[in-house]
Amino acid sequence: MSSLEATQNQTGIPNGKLGMWLFLASEVMLFGGLLSSYVILRTGSPNFGMPARELLGVPWATLNTFVLITSSVSMVLALSAMQDGRIPAFRNFMLLTITLGFVFLGIKSYEYWHKISEGITITSSLFGSFYFTLTGLHALHVIGGIVFNIYVLVQGLKGKIINPDHPDRLEYAGLYWHFVDVVWVFLFPLIYLI
Amino acid sequence: MNSTHHEPTFVQRYIFSLDHKVIGLQYMITSMIFLLVGFSFMLIMRWQLAFPGHPIPVIGHWLPGWIAPGGVLVPDAYNMLGAMHGTIMIFLGVVPLGVGAFGNYVLPLQIGAPDMAFPRLNMMSYWVYFMGGIVMLGSFLCPGGPAQSGWTSYAPLSVIAGSGQTVWIIGMIFLITSSLFGSINFLVTAINMRAPGLTWFRLPVFVWAQVVTAILLLIAFPVLEAGSILQLLDRVAGTSFFIPAGLIIDGVPMTRAGGGSVLLWQHLFWFLAHPEVYVLILPAMGIVAEILANGTRKPLFGYKEIVGSMIFIGLLSFFVWAHHMFLSGMKSSLAKGFTTTTMIISVPSVAILTCLILSLMGGSIRYRSPMLYALGFLPMFGIGGLTGLPLGFTVTDIYLHDTYYVIGHFHYVVVTGSLIALMGGVVYWFPKFYGRRMNECWNKIHFWLTIIFMNGIFFPMFIQGIAGVQRRLYDPTIQLHNVIVQPTNIFMSASALCLMLTQSIFVVNFFYSMFKGEKTEENPWQATTLEWACPSPPPHGNFTSLPTVYRGPYEYSVPGRSTDWWPQNASN
Repeated sequence: MSSLEATQNQTGIPNGKLGMWLFLASEVMLFGGLLSSYVILRTGSPNFGMPARELLGVPWATLNTFVLITSSVSMVLALSAMQDGRIPAFRNFMLLTITLGFVFLGIKSYEYWHKISEGITITSSLFGSFYFTLTGLHALHVIGGIVFNIYVLVQGLKGKIINPDHPDRLEYAGLYWHFVDVVWVFLFPLIYLI
Repeated sequence: MNSTHHEPTFVQRYIFSLDHKVIGLQYMITSMIFLLVGFSFMLIMRWQLAFPGHPIPVIGHWLPGWIAPGGVLVPDAYNMLGAMHGTIMIFLGVVPLGVGAFGNYVLPLQIGAPDMAFPRLNMMSYWVYFMGGIVMLGSFLCPGGPAQSGWTSYAPLSVIAGSGQTVWIIGMIFLITSSLFGSINFLVTAINMRAPGLTWFRLPVFVWAQVVTAILLLIAFPVLEAGSILQLLDRVAGTSFFIPAGLIIDGVPMTRAGGGSVLLWQHLFWFLAHPEVYVLILPAMGIVAEILANGTRKPLFGYKEIVGSMIFIGLLSFFVWAHHMFLSGMKSSLAKGFTTTTMIISVPSVAILTCLILSLMGGSIRYRSPMLYALGFLPMFGIGGLTGLPLGFTVTDIYLHDTYYVIGHFHYVVVTGSLIALMGGVVYWFPKFYGRRMNECWNKIHFWLTIIFMNGIFFPMFIQGIAGVQRRLYDPTIQLHNVIVQPTNIFMSASALCLMLTQSIFVVNFFYSMFKGEKTEENPWQATTLEWACPSPPPHGNFTSLPTVYRGPYEYSVPGRSTDWWPQNASN
């Protein structure tokens, strides 16, 4: 079967990559549905319960944006290191990506604690409900991304499934990680800045 | 079995199989069982509609006390059966049959692929669907029974309903995940794994229908997932996404932050559920196109028009959803926009139907049983489609929307349209599935009885609707103006019972022919498309050698050839 599969590739794009792009398209619609619900109720609801700017913790969220974007850069560097066959550099950049993912979750947890101590909870107001739903779902995606990245790191060091000749799965992990990053780039201004 | 593979065990071959053909048949059998389950719910409801307050005969005393104490259906149970009927028929019956079963079995064969792009994901897709079905049926064990807010689960009713609704949402999330796996797989397979020479415009219409359907599922379903997450949180975490401020239930004000919008759920729901309508009908159209070209022995009329219309329907189906919500009190300027898009989307639907009807012109039609089902589809879908037009205009829709007219309309589309075509598909591809034929005579009897009884159920719904009988009524005689049309309810219920009995012909014929049916050659219908270029049933890996495609899918009756069909893979 695998020999037939190899001959049948009409577009030249690997199946896995195409599948990952399609999966991300559906993820866009998932977050698109939630974000448009947020925008509609934020602009249309008579009691949305938007808290004062000082309670939002904008500096921490800005730092988190920086952390996530840096991790995307290190992901790209990890892929290029793998393609060049520089395995130690790949390992270091992947470790940096994974660490930054954990740092993001840590800052997020601090923010949650801060919000709850200020009285903003998932039931306190519509804003609170949306805040915890949107960022919570995003955090779940970050956790999923970290798991994927750890898998890619381990396989890259083993060199069987992922190696300089076959960096495909590393690339898919990168696509997913960038997507998680992009979602945050939309969440951040919509929740904190506007 | 292919000799290069080790012999799989029974479990690997038939239960946790990675073979798209086995998964397709698993989907087919499971969805047919769910269709019968959903239909039997409706039979109980139809008894109540025909003879309100009378004990249900025969099975009435077997039903548990909270559904029918003393054999008489209670109103809550009527709502539950109604909600579960809709959910099961659509999400567990027709879609898995049209997409999961035929898409899985036929699509890789028609494009000359050895299997799906991701066989493991394909197996996951079936088993997640199966789990979703079990969860849905399991909700009958919840305290207070299953979901009872209709298949649309409108808020705030669904938010304050019993625990069955939570189980409904969890079941839906399973089904959404399953269709996500399936649609990614179908698209990658169709894009990447076509046989050499099989360009996009040489694809059979059925493959095009599956591709458009997969795109709809991929893009529309996540929005319902978003809505389901919000409704789940409303139910279990105490949020108020769909709860307005100051909502009073049974005289008690709700202690929630409030501020949510009940209409938001309707928007999120119908953004999925209108594309879903085309998910229900497009595979059926694809099947009918295949059967018609084969049965008329001539190329389809307007192949490119049909394909173009399908793509256009796919695009536009994302911009018509609010015509389900004209009654919810939307702005008239907004309603005008949606009326316009609704009228526009009827154009490609009519174009497809016209092309299919014109395909009959000048053909030497062979009236074999698959052809009967395909021919039955044409006028029946026509009635279903045309009765939809008054629902697209706000003026007429406001009168008709909450009546039986709407029920009649979409049952004509989905039952006499989609289901008839899907039955035709089962008959047409049965020799491919099992290397045997279904009994021709019993198929014809089944077809005629089915189409008569289906019309017996659904046509009076238009009369009732125009007479003003509201949908979802537990006891229609409670409104005086309904009494005049009450005899039609008895007629419809009798037709429904007869339809159920008629299906036993199909079920017996199906299983009998599976083991004892007349054996057929590889290509019993003398068809041109690639699925008939491999043995019936196809071995693991499908094709003995990779087929190469030289021409379009419907080269029938080409002048100057000794045979009246010219297979896509024949080099001369």
